[in-house]
Amino acid sequence: MMLLQEVLQEGSGSFLLIGLWILLLAIFVGFELITKVPPTLHTPLMSGANAISGITLVGAISCAVADYPDLGQILGFAAITLATINVVGGFAVTDRMLGMFASKNSKKKGD
Amino acid sequence: MSLLSFLQVGGQADTWVQASYMLAALLFILGIKRLSRVRTAQSGNLVAGIAMLIAVCVTVWHLSGKGFELWVLAGGLALGGLIGLVLAKRVQMTAMPELVALFNGLGGVASLLVAWAEIERVRSEMPEGPASISSEEGVLFAVAAVLSVLIGAVTFSGSLVAFAKLAGKLWKSRIGPLGNKPFNVLLLLGAIYAAGMVAFAAAGGSADVQTWIYVLVGLTLLLGIGLVVPIGGADMPVVISLLNSYSGLAASATGFVLKNELLIVAGSLVGASGLVLTQIMCKAMNRSLANVLFGGIDAGADEGDTEYKGVKSTSGADVAMILESAQSVIIVPGYGMAVAQAQHKVQELASLLEADDIEVRYAIHPVAGRMPGHMNVLLAEASVPYEQLFELDQINSEFKNTDVVIVIGANDVCNPVAYDEGSAITGMPVLDVWDARTVVVIKRSLSPGYAGIKNPLFERDNSLMFFADGKEAIEETIAEYKDL
Repeated sequence: MMLLQEVLQEGSGSFLLIGLWILLLAIFVGFELITKVPPTLHTPLMSGANAISGITLVGAISCAVADYPDLGQILGFAAITLATINVVGGFAVTDRMLGMFASKNSKKKGD
Repeated sequence: MSLLSFLQVGGQADTWVQASYMLAALLFILGIKRLSRVRTAQSGNLVAGIAMLIAVCVTVWHLSGKGFELWVLAGGLALGGLIGLVLAKRVQMTAMPELVALFNGLGGVASLLVAWAEIERVRSEMPEGPASISSEEGVLFAVAAVLSVLIGAVTFSGSLVAFAKLAGKLWKSRIGPLGNKPFNVLLLLGAIYAAGMVAFAAAGGSADVQTWIYVLVGLTLLLGIGLVVPIGGADMPVVISLLNSYSGLAASATGFVLKNELLIVAGSLVGASGLVLTQIMCKAMNRSLANVLFGGIDAGADEGDTEYKGVKSTSGADVAMILESAQSVIIVPGYGMAVAQAQHKVQELASLLEADDIEVRYAIHPVAGRMPGHMNVLLAEASVPYEQLFELDQINSEFKNTDVVIVIGANDVCNPVAYDEGSAITGMPVLDVWDARTVVVIKRSLSPGYAGIKNPLFERDNSLMFFADGKEAIEETIAEYKDL
């Protein structure tokens, strides 16, 4: 508890505060954006958002740096593999789904 | 000093990395914005994908000076990419909820592993322990790392349970003591204690961090199972949305561990998105989130009264004749349509009717299916124009001007009991299908839906029961309709 107080008072734990600011604003932006999505697009939205949450891949890549300990690298390999499945699979399947919405649209225009 | 993440070390390069991350964050937001309209959605997904590509390439470029362990980086990317592509290409549209649940879980566990690897690194760099850590950084790091492990683990095991349930491989509402509420509380308390010990150790305390990490990961994995196991199939839209939100929050927490703003931004966007969907789903069932997670529907209440009187059954020939004389038809799909893979046949029937100038529309209840928007995707797959899909409040007043309603594989979402006092689903918004002239209900039996209650719709004077598998029923109707 003491430590946390120190963090807040000293102000040198500035990343915490900046981070929380970013968190707050991003959540707000997220709420504003998602509330406008029509139900038709809820599934693609969810799988697209899901792919974005694979951003943790960026963190995982830093575990592949050679000065990590062995266990760290094994964890890193697993993290990179799983996060990449999440990212690549997520974007690909969302694209496939949205392609079905789109093809109907263009077919209609063609009529 | 050693706690500083790599991303904060560089000089000139760091500025470029920061600028690229900012661009990526902006593109993520633009991508999600474009995902909110059908016409721009596909490009929105592409924009978000490009943002991800930028973020990954810049990170690799930035760290390349430090020397990669090649098998870790290239191996992981290639293997993951391959598996991801195969899954995305192969999956049936009816199995989308399972796949999304699985991907949620993978994102969660990746965040867990990254946080864990960071703890390992910090530990290996400071075998002496606390001396070299400045307190505030230590606290931030420790709290964020522990949160990341905790949320990541719950997301992972919870998603795997959801996956198994959605794939029809798990019907139990308990596994041993898991799923029992008091036991969950015990697990939670244990996890918080273990989290405290790990945080203490990671921040420079003298606890045995290795052991406590294993304890923490183990307990939180069990907790994830315990939380999702008791939740029934029809509540899956809520659970998937919530797990989606968790996977974002886990990434956000990892962002605090690595001091990486991009992870915080992207993670929070996903966290917010999942929460909004969770809220929408709960509202559509007139239940609070707490009720879905911890309550479950009280199925015992109406159990005595499940006898049906005066139910009229029908056949493909009858339905074809009724349809022929109709001018307007509304189709109400439910999870049963997904199970029977009937969406293509439904579309075929609809286009036959339209060719005869009969108006066809679809009424989509927000919680029809097993994830938000599930029915819309299935119908899109079957090339049903989305202009024909209507939401509950758009179409509810239209039923009374409609000749025929075809309910296929849906039950609780069109149960008139919702308007009565004292039932398990009282107050849940439902589709007023009984206002139509004739209601054809395609269902395999009179068995109750998920809520476990009787549906008086089936014994109404204007209701006809078509007892068959959804796909076979529609096929039979199509054949008869063509013969007319």
